[in-house]
Amino acid sequence: MNGHIAPPIGGTGLTLIPRATEKQTLKDFKSDQEVRWCPGCGDYAILAAVQSFLPELGLKRENIVFVSGIGCSSRFPYYLNTYGFHSIHGRAPAIATGLAASRPDLSVWVITGDGDALSIGGNHLIHALRRNVNMNILLFNNRIYGLTKGQYSPTSEVGKITKSTPMGSLDKPFNPISLALGAEAGFVARTLDSDRKHLQSVLREAVAHRGTSLVEIYQNCNIFNDNAFEPLKDPGLRDDITLRLEHGLPIVSASKAVRRAANGGIEVVERSTVPEGEILVHDAHNPDPSVAFALSRLDEPAFEHVPIGIFRSVDRPTYDTLMTEQLEEAVAERGPGQLGDLLRGGDTWQVG
Amino acid sequence: MTKQVQQLDRVIIRFAGDSGDGMQLTGDRFTAETAQFGNDLSTLPNFPAEIRAPAGTLPGVSSFQLHFADHDILTPGDAPNVLVAMNPAALKANIGDLPRGADVIVNTDEFTKRNLQKVGYAASPVDDGSLGEWRVHAVPLTSLTVKSLEGFAVSKKDAERAKNMFALGLLSWLYHRPTEATVKFLETKFAKKPDIAKANIAAFQAGWNFGETTESFSVSYEIKPAKLTPGLYRNISGNQALALGLIAASVQAKLPLFLGSYPITPASDILHELSKHKRFGIRTFQAEDEIAGVGAALGAAFGGALGVTTTSGPGVALKAETVGLAVTTELPLLVVDVQRAGPSTGMPTKTEQTDLLMAMFGRNGESPVPIVAPATPSDCFDAAVEAARIAVKYRTPVMLLSDGYLANGSEPWRLPEIEDLPDLSVDFQVEPNDEDGETYLPFKRDPQTLARPWAVPGTPGLEHRIGGIEKADGTGNISYDPNNHDLMVRLRQAKIDGIAQDIPQLVVDDPGGDARVLVLGWGSTYGPIAAAVRRVRKAGGKVAQVHVRHLNPLPSNIGEVLRSYDKVLLPEINLGQLALLLRARFLVDIISYNRVRGLPFKAEELAGVIQDVIDSE
Repeated sequence: MNGHIAPPIGGTGLTLIPRATEKQTLKDFKSDQEVRWCPGCGDYAILAAVQSFLPELGLKRENIVFVSGIGCSSRFPYYLNTYGFHSIHGRAPAIATGLAASRPDLSVWVITGDGDALSIGGNHLIHALRRNVNMNILLFNNRIYGLTKGQYSPTSEVGKITKSTPMGSLDKPFNPISLALGAEAGFVARTLDSDRKHLQSVLREAVAHRGTSLVEIYQNCNIFNDNAFEPLKDPGLRDDITLRLEHGLPIVSASKAVRRAANGGIEVVERSTVPEGEILVHDAHNPDPSVAFALSRLDEPAFEHVPIGIFRSVDRPTYDTLMTEQLEEAVAERGPGQLGDLLRGGDTWQVG
Repeated sequence: MTKQVQQLDRVIIRFAGDSGDGMQLTGDRFTAETAQFGNDLSTLPNFPAEIRAPAGTLPGVSSFQLHFADHDILTPGDAPNVLVAMNPAALKANIGDLPRGADVIVNTDEFTKRNLQKVGYAASPVDDGSLGEWRVHAVPLTSLTVKSLEGFAVSKKDAERAKNMFALGLLSWLYHRPTEATVKFLETKFAKKPDIAKANIAAFQAGWNFGETTESFSVSYEIKPAKLTPGLYRNISGNQALALGLIAASVQAKLPLFLGSYPITPASDILHELSKHKRFGIRTFQAEDEIAGVGAALGAAFGGALGVTTTSGPGVALKAETVGLAVTTELPLLVVDVQRAGPSTGMPTKTEQTDLLMAMFGRNGESPVPIVAPATPSDCFDAAVEAARIAVKYRTPVMLLSDGYLANGSEPWRLPEIEDLPDLSVDFQVEPNDEDGETYLPFKRDPQTLARPWAVPGTPGLEHRIGGIEKADGTGNISYDPNNHDLMVRLRQAKIDGIAQDIPQLVVDDPGGDARVLVLGWGSTYGPIAAAVRRVRKAGGKVAQVHVRHLNPLPSNIGEVLRSYDKVLLPEINLGQLALLLRARFLVDIISYNRVRGLPFKAEELAGVIQDVIDSE
């Protein structure tokens, strides 16, 4: 941003948050703390993308809060010059819920990882998504436990050989997108640490959406699970396997296309074999989540074709607004509470 | 017919029946009438955890005991003078508690062969002479109720269900209770079912008239109003008082109250009560679990709210990690533990004082937390205000230890004057606090209280990060420096220890000033201990009494108090948790008296224990 305050971003996600009165730059959002991720970690790219994205929102910096859990990704808040709360393992969505529900004037962000969000904090994640408090959850998925040095995670592929699974992991992984859609999330997207432009475009939509948004960010752990997402980054492969999800546009990669299958579901076929008119057009705003869910299942079991982008962006009432409305309604009906009247409520009697 | 009226100074009544018989409601109404009349009173509801245990069985018995008097009383009473038994199970489960000569009113309609067999009576005890030592009033409550409701537009089943109101009417006559409020109550409760309202009111009045006319009751009783301290009173349960105390704290602190909670017996009523008062700006959040409840409360506290979570023992166990986070981030947080019998699920509806050591130590690392314990149901109000005062002033989580006995029990409460409530206003940090005038140091402490500043999001220029990782003194930046950690551990401890200078010293009750035995208690044992002390003194015994409200830090003169007596007796509804703490800290050979039966102590029981200690001098 050069010399002017960013114009308001679209959507209703930020309407209650005070806007900055002076121009902001990336520098405004860098804290004075030394960043301590392993050299080469995908988290650096995400941090840089977020730091350069935040000025675009034009919000008062003091009204932005990053809340995190535990794990490599959860160090994120220390490196941003906003308010920040590095909490405990898995609980960031719960803490952020209390904060965002009681302070609608804040832009609240949750930074979490695949272990933090989907293992120890799984319950809070699904309930945050169904409850729909206005906040953005960025789930850094590297498919491994990094901070505890390399055990398999709830998104690791079956058979993963790690320190805790020398003969291979046995449990089927979660697909975070499917999980979020199943939990009634209104905004669900996937992006990639190395694709700053796409990452920022997804964040832009997530912020504009009022309610809980979940953004899965494929993130490389170069120490314990290097190149996990390499096919999506390899210039020779990525254009063929990346199915771009853009609202109103056909869902295609360079060589593949998605269409309705004879069995009622959807399927990926060679793009050349299907007429343009039969290619599925992405509708992110479809109230029915079944197509979005079907899209989320396309990347099973491996990276043959991976949808990237916004799976679903559907407005529904947010918990914080409804909660505030109940308070206002109670006051409108009977006036603001008076402590003296409250204490004297019920059957009283006078002595002496 | 003019009946004899006898004057009494106090009465203990126990209503007992099946869980479905409405005994809690009956007890509540009799309590309300009694409060209205102006007696001092104390109540003890006792009910199974099962919502509907099999009808007519011993585990399904629910009871409500009420002690009322023409003078101030301290407990719900040891042994009932009157038992109302709605079925054989209720008789069998309670008769053993009655002293010789007590009145027993039995609903003979329920004494069928089948119901008698269910609880192991070979023949009806009403007829076989086995109740000879009590004054038995055999009343066919159900059939009398049904008969009185002939011509009313209610089913037979609904008519039968009104038998508790018939019983209430009878007891109301027997003890000269005012009835208008109960009639009004029934009209309101069944406003949407006017036929049911009419039937219940008719059953209530029929019960009264039955007392007036039947020969089974030749005497009625009068208990004059008590001479209580002048003021405006209402009857209140511990959970209600605690909820009102939290609201008062929110008003006095000018902080919006945020309650994060998960339903759990016996704490849920606090959530229910607070959720009714949204016009005070109270946000009540029913979380997905106990951890989310406290997490959301802490998140709200970070945002500048009065963050509260309410639970019972199993919930405190789950919240421990988040309480530790509140300790290290030094944010205000109220953790209300309405203790119940444990371990694990234990006995959810029964009372216990067994969470003291968990409150003290149930977290990893050195993580001191102030602890406040109310002494009586109405004292839950003041204790909640006090816990909030400490939390916001010292930026610390505070444990408030109520229990099932206080939560569900009730007593008359003299309403406080609003202007007498403490001012809990908070000075939020709004500008940089470093000497350079530019930097904000989130862990630069107030030299007096050692509290750190509270700068909430939305405050420009004070953006900062806090978290569970050890923080450098002053800046709050992540620090693994060994000496810094040692310093921070000691600072956090010193902050909590320093609160001792900001709480009242213990005042011993020792009228003669020459007692050699001190009985010390904490929490809900106050009533039974004080009642026992009265008995001992009445019999000529010399005993001093002191009650501890602040369990951590302890009042600054407690060591001196302990050492001033030859013997210190400490009754607890646990296996000696406070005794352990006091012995360790003050090297005083405390005599413990412990029972963990899920029930409060009896005054008579404790009087005997105190007398034994005096006699052993």
